[in-house]
Amino acid sequence: MKTHDLIDLLASDPVPVQRHAAARRFGLALPAGALLSLGLMLAGYGLRPDLAEVSVQPLFWAKAGFALAMLCGALWVTARLSRPGRTVAAAWSGPGIPLLLLWGAAAAALWLAPGDERVAMLLGRSWRSCAFSIAGLSLPLMATTFWALRGLAPTRLRLAGAAAGLLSAAVAAVVYSLHCPEMDVPFWAVWYVLGLSLPTAAGALLGPRLLRW
Amino acid sequence: MEGWPVSSPVSTPASAAPPPADPIETVLRAQFEAGLGGDTAAYRRFLDALSARLRAFLRRRLGAAPDDVEDILQETLLAIHNSRHTYRSGEPLTAWVYAIARYKLMDFHRSHHRREALNLPLEAAQDVFAATDTESAQARHDLGQLLQALPDRHRLPILHVKLGSLSVSETARLTGMSESAVKVGIHRGLKALALKIRSAA
Repeated sequence: MKTHDLIDLLASDPVPVQRHAAARRFGLALPAGALLSLGLMLAGYGLRPDLAEVSVQPLFWAKAGFALAMLCGALWVTARLSRPGRTVAAAWSGPGIPLLLLWGAAAAALWLAPGDERVAMLLGRSWRSCAFSIAGLSLPLMATTFWALRGLAPTRLRLAGAAAGLLSAAVAAVVYSLHCPEMDVPFWAVWYVLGLSLPTAAGALLGPRLLRW
Repeated sequence: MEGWPVSSPVSTPASAAPPPADPIETVLRAQFEAGLGGDTAAYRRFLDALSARLRAFLRRRLGAAPDDVEDILQETLLAIHNSRHTYRSGEPLTAWVYAIARYKLMDFHRSHHRREALNLPLEAAQDVFAATDTESAQARHDLGQLLQALPDRHRLPILHVKLGSLSVSETARLTGMSESAVKVGIHRGLKALALKIRSAA
């Protein structure tokens, strides 16, 4: 077929273009993935029994707030990477700033704490499972965010995959915070961040394979 | 209050004026956006102008493999068409087109000669529209042949509406499909065709 004929063919495609495609796709993918992840958390872990009491404590909201801030930042990066020609450099501050704030707060908490309590603050009661739980809860979200990206046009596949992994993990961290009993900032700074990193790395590995178009 | 200020005696400061727009960007963007709004004639003019620009861009980039220019051009045109829903009105079209063309070029290098993928020259997005070349070469993969491999629900609407130049309703009557099935068939068929080209590459 000549290029000229291809142009005729393309110009005859009669389906009108959907506007706000990225917003539509992520608007479907995130709630659907979050619901699946929530179902998984309720079935596998359950809500923390003292949820009603801790829900009035600022520290509980600080943890959820960190996860929500990561979610917004990662969504910003992912949305920019999902469309051709958008730069992302400035968008990395979206997930970068909450991460630095968390690490700063954790360093301060460790510095102020008596020496014999520091290890307990870092390891908590669930250091062995926390990161893997967040990574596990992010699986349904990985599926839905990759679906969203596949309907758009990412041109930097590894980065887009990593951003989608981080986005999935951030939603999963919000969900997991409804179960997780840990209330020490240094614990979050290590194990939540590791929980965010695993899906991010998985996304970077999967991106070039699953997002190619 | 009486009396609106009729005209401001202060002229607009130079710093508030928009930067001089690239004339090609302006023309192509107007045609493309009209096309997105349903103006097929404008969309065809856009694709014609775009293909000449892209061909010149690809010829410069593919000095070592001139035979592949028309293939990658067709693949890029199809990619631009299939992802036109990701362009947001008002954004620079040059950067959007360049990102897709570059992606398709890298994808080609990656699947053919791995080394060149790492050595893409540094260039500006504006290069993508820098010159025109209307002399088309023969494409190596025949899209017509790839079209034959599509299922009937995609192939028939494309054949009749495009190659038989029938209207959507005439095609619907001829094939016994509904009009919306004909439209969707063309639309999805073009996406399926893009996948076929990629796996044929």
